[in-house]
Amino acid sequence: MADPFEKRLLFVTGKGGVGKSTLALAIGMAAAERGKRVIVCEVASQEHASRVFRRAEVGFHEVEMRDNLWTISIDPDHSLREYLTIQAPVRAMGEMLSRSRIFTYLTAATPGLKELVTIGKIWELAQLDRKVKKGREYDLVVVDAPATGHGIGFLQTPRTFAAIARVGPIRSQAEALDAYITDHRRTGAVIVALPEEMPVNESELLEGELTGEVGVAVDRVYMNGIYPERFSDGDAERLEAVAGSVDDGARAAVRAALSERRRARAHRHQLERLRGMVRAEVATLPFIFEPELGVAGIERLAGELA
Amino acid sequence: MTGVAELLRGKHVCICAGSGGVGKTTTSAAIAAGMAARGHKVAVLTIDPAKRLADSLGLPELGNVERRVDPSLFEAEGVETAGGELWAMMLDAKATFDELIAKHAPDAETRDRILDNRIYRQISNALAGSQEYMAMEKLFELHQESRYDLLVLDTPPSRNALDFLDAPRRLTQFIEGRSLQVFMRPTGLGMKLFGRGTSMMFSVLRRLTGVDLLEDISEFFQAFSGMVGGFQERAKRVNELLADRRTSFVVVCGPQGEPIEEAVYFHRRLVEASLPFGGVIVNKVHFESEFAGPAGEDTVVELAEAVGDRDLAERAVATLEDYGALAARDRRNIERLTAEMRARRVIQVPYLDEDVHDLAGLMEINRYLFATEPEREVLAASR
Repeated sequence: MADPFEKRLLFVTGKGGVGKSTLALAIGMAAAERGKRVIVCEVASQEHASRVFRRAEVGFHEVEMRDNLWTISIDPDHSLREYLTIQAPVRAMGEMLSRSRIFTYLTAATPGLKELVTIGKIWELAQLDRKVKKGREYDLVVVDAPATGHGIGFLQTPRTFAAIARVGPIRSQAEALDAYITDHRRTGAVIVALPEEMPVNESELLEGELTGEVGVAVDRVYMNGIYPERFSDGDAERLEAVAGSVDDGARAAVRAALSERRRARAHRHQLERLRGMVRAEVATLPFIFEPELGVAGIERLAGELA
Repeated sequence: MTGVAELLRGKHVCICAGSGGVGKTTTSAAIAAGMAARGHKVAVLTIDPAKRLADSLGLPELGNVERRVDPSLFEAEGVETAGGELWAMMLDAKATFDELIAKHAPDAETRDRILDNRIYRQISNALAGSQEYMAMEKLFELHQESRYDLLVLDTPPSRNALDFLDAPRRLTQFIEGRSLQVFMRPTGLGMKLFGRGTSMMFSVLRRLTGVDLLEDISEFFQAFSGMVGGFQERAKRVNELLADRRTSFVVVCGPQGEPIEEAVYFHRRLVEASLPFGGVIVNKVHFESEFAGPAGEDTVVELAEAVGDRDLAERAVATLEDYGALAARDRRNIERLTAEMRARRVIQVPYLDEDVHDLAGLMEINRYLFATEPEREVLAASR
């Protein structure tokens, strides 16, 4: 079985609200713990990592959050500007271009260019020989990908672009990006799901599109937020039997226990469905009973990944 | 009238907004079903309904037209609809955009030129905002036809709920393309004004991208030029509908910190934009009345005595403590939300233990959506 931790570039994908940002960070922590130099990339300016670590916003900078763990928030405008300054024969020309309003407008109108330069930056981070001056070398680049719907389009951009760009350097670069993304040795994807009807259905669709249309390897599907199974059938029967005769506090405990049992069962049912629907190995992550997931909670998840 | 029914009294349009994964689609369907059950003729416009829910409502393939949910399903649930009807449709943004082009195009040739243009295909498929804009376009169209008492719009999923407000504006600005019109005749005044700088820019861009952008763009805007007026007029009227006092924006969120923050921010933006804000629906709430309680040693002892098993009692009380922590968090977050909303309504729906996938489930949600605040507390505590 493919190990997502052995890849150089890993996309964390899934429906909105399933915990992609959290898992991307947990994977980053787990890999850093194993001694890898890791960078977690955000692509929608959500600044999730900096908030979890209670740090200032990182923006388009590679910032170290803890030993071996870095993060960056990639936006298309900075990516394009950086690309232009690297590509332009004269530095000033690149800068002039990127400041021009008309140029901004035209790049906004060019189909897929924003996504392309974003993926270009991700690829640049994954290179051993960085294009950026004094660029750090990373063992693993983890990408908190856009939610499904936009996600597939995002990963497909290089190929789409290679198809519409008739000639020129971008065509060959887009082809190189596509080759990198679809290289199963170097690049992989994981899918995050929740134990609910819709996210499970979407995971099946997503796996099909990622492996089929995009051609990226799906190394694992993570079922996130699984409730523990603390109560057996017998436990439930005994609790139900006393529910009417105990006082408020004990009744609330019975209610919580029975509710958790119902949820845990529903979760197992969805887990079984998911296992039957996807081809990749399915791993589970426990629901963390904490008001907000901070560093400690994400560390627990990272521990589960190890 | 209480809860959602009061919120939507005299309203013709209900727009459910919120970030992804908060149960927006289910809430939209529940609101529509609830209003139908109260005698209204309601249509819900949705983007991506859960297959199981759509199937159970007898809507296997929704398509870009409304379909009526079989009234016998309501009867089976023992719901007397008193003349109310529930209709549903699944939005197809691309098809809606194409229809709009066909409607505005002066002739078949212009229509085809636009539909085949690469820039148009990109916009209609993927440009951020086109889905949102088309959702409102369809809403406007149905509203014009006034065949329904109430239209419920389930907005497209986006990471950031604000995309929804900004997107249509971005799209119409792009279509208007004022700053680009100078390029439509490359030999005209515009090119002279911008001179060599502009042509260099085009040539650099062409060299970099390999896309002959100028050709595609000028063709797009030339084909579009006769239609810009129509689009602007239409966009203006769509915006008027959104700002109409018979429209109500309902923000849907979850009780965790991030969704609450987004709801607060979204509410602020709606107020700034002078759009009619109705209230907030918080899904998946753990009520304190349900799960608070002295989860200490006394409770363990009492329960242990009742079930004759100390270990089981400890596990149950530990679970209560876990739930209690979530309930305390939810209360804090909702208090913060309520303070921000001032007098506006915050409607809470409990975390249901199983997925909602049929009309019975929607009706279960509606017991909370359409209840008064005290009723909700009682309902939750008696679950």
